Amino acid sequence: MSSLKYIEIQNVAQTFKTKKGLFPALRDINLTVAKGEFVTLIGHSGCGKSTLLNLIAGLTMPSDGTLLCANREIAGPGPERAVVFQNHSLLPWLTCFENVYLGVERVFGAASKSTGAPSENKAQLIARTDAALAMVGLTAAAQKRPGEISGGMKQRVGIARALAMEPKVLLMDEPFGALDALTRAKLQDELLDIVARTKSTVVMVTHDVDEAVLLSDRIVMLTNGPAATIGEVLSVDLPRPRNRVALADSAQYLGYRKAVIDFLYTRQAHVEKLTA
Amino acid sequence: MVSAVFHSPLASSESVAIKKEAPPAHSTRATGQNHAEGPASVRPEPVEGHAGTSTRPVRTDRAPGYDWRGLLMAVLPPLLGLGLLIGIWALVSISTASSIPSPWETWKQAVELFSDPFYRKGPNDQGVGWNVLMSLERVAVGFGLAAVVGIPAGFAIGRFEFLGRMFNPLISLLRPVSPLAWLPIGLLVFKGANPAAIWTIFICSIWPMVINTAVGVQRVPQDYMNVARVLNLSEWKIVTKILFPAVLPYMLTGVRLAVGTAWLVIVAAEMLTGGVGIGFWVWDEWNNLNVKNIIIAIFVIGIVGLVLEYALIKIATAFTFEEVKS
Repeated sequence: MSSLKYIEIQNVAQTFKTKKGLFPALRDINLTVAKGEFVTLIGHSGCGKSTLLNLIAGLTMPSDGTLLCANREIAGPGPERAVVFQNHSLLPWLTCFENVYLGVERVFGAASKSTGAPSENKAQLIARTDAALAMVGLTAAAQKRPGEISGGMKQRVGIARALAMEPKVLLMDEPFGALDALTRAKLQDELLDIVARTKSTVVMVTHDVDEAVLLSDRIVMLTNGPAATIGEVLSVDLPRPRNRVALADSAQYLGYRKAVIDFLYTRQAHVEKLTA
Repeated sequence: MVSAVFHSPLASSESVAIKKEAPPAHSTRATGQNHAEGPASVRPEPVEGHAGTSTRPVRTDRAPGYDWRGLLMAVLPPLLGLGLLIGIWALVSISTASSIPSPWETWKQAVELFSDPFYRKGPNDQGVGWNVLMSLERVAVGFGLAAVVGIPAGFAIGRFEFLGRMFNPLISLLRPVSPLAWLPIGLLVFKGANPAAIWTIFICSIWPMVINTAVGVQRVPQDYMNVARVLNLSEWKIVTKILFPAVLPYMLTGVRLAVGTAWLVIVAAEMLTGGVGIGFWVWDEWNNLNVKNIIIAIFVIGIVGLVLEYALIKIATAFTFEEVKS
């Protein structure tokens, strides 16, 4: 699985300038993600999970080290590394269709310089958008505005927007964090299904142990900040497709779960005391 | 006695709730649920008094019929307020031995005046309609020019920090200056009363539009800008699909403030410049010692300002999207 390095993170450190001086958020991050791999980043809040994801997205630049995606340095954000934001970040004045179409139009509406693909006509762009909304089961809500649909549906539109751009990597920043447990479980199952079909490479930030074990090929556990780094990487060798009900009493699953909990609550406990 | 005091606020709050509850049948479900909370939150209160609980079902039965109570609450207090104003006016009129004309005299004069608002007897004697229209025209021209300059300037100042730092001291310095102080400069530069008045309107209405637009641009949620960066949108798409819709509510607030100020200032400016206009008319009637017409002018100015304000609020609500903040 790890034969093909797709994202390479080499000696990355991130330091923020604050009013109280320099704040070291991340240090010595080394990680490679293979094509088609599902990696989750887990750690206590404030440990720099989202900072690392933003670095991969290119939304921020590292203070030190290099990030490569498909052997090219990540110099800024781009549609080949689509992001699903925690708070969905849909534009409230556009319908769900228009929100997805905005990305589709940008990626496929103009001739591609890198792949040489010709620009697609409007009917093809509309078909892509419709297909993306159908994939997340929102065909009926296409003409609704984000304000008219539920939180779970909004997050699905966010996923559709990201996937419709056919990104090389799908970056997800606690995508289900703001949802209730039932909706979250449903969307996790849908995501498993979609990722299996599209063979996407995914890097996902989460603070939910079950979510991490259920979805991931590998779980990257971060130590507490400041100056957080990778504490441990756990390979999850559960067979796919995974079924949450069947896994609920699988000894293997519980073992992985225990390992993550042990890391988070025994070895990296008391994050609040440090920051308070 | 106690129950009577207890009742009246309850009854009114409940009738409002009932009135609100009626529309959900043909509005969206989400708002329906919001309204439904109205009576529920009122409900716990009457537990203290038995009278409250026993009478409520009767009121709920009445809900499908016409809501007279709501109508009364909507109409009666404003009428009382207006009555208070007229009462005080009448008292002042009596106590000053009619040097301030009575409401009735003024009303008769107004009826006469508005029976022929568009007459023309020479440049200094024109109907009130012409005066209002001339003032509105000046406001429209000055305000329009200010919008053309101010809104793009606000976008630029909000979008580029360098420009913001460059112009913020200038705006802070010039904004507190009374627009009328600019009138002599206008007279000097434009060599005419009319362009000078328009210039004054331009100056006074540009600041709210520049400042509100700039603040709106700065407050566009970072999430939306991140979306733009990840989708790699062109600057044109960023402006049309993200900045403009996000800034529109702020911009319209600026427009509303600007129109309000412009309408305040035009009266003063016209008093100084003369010509045809509602401000000049007030001054002219003062020279004629025709106090009735001055009072009529005050009402006309008030009503026109009210209409402008109301129209712009309507436009603003039509373009404000729910959930802009989340």
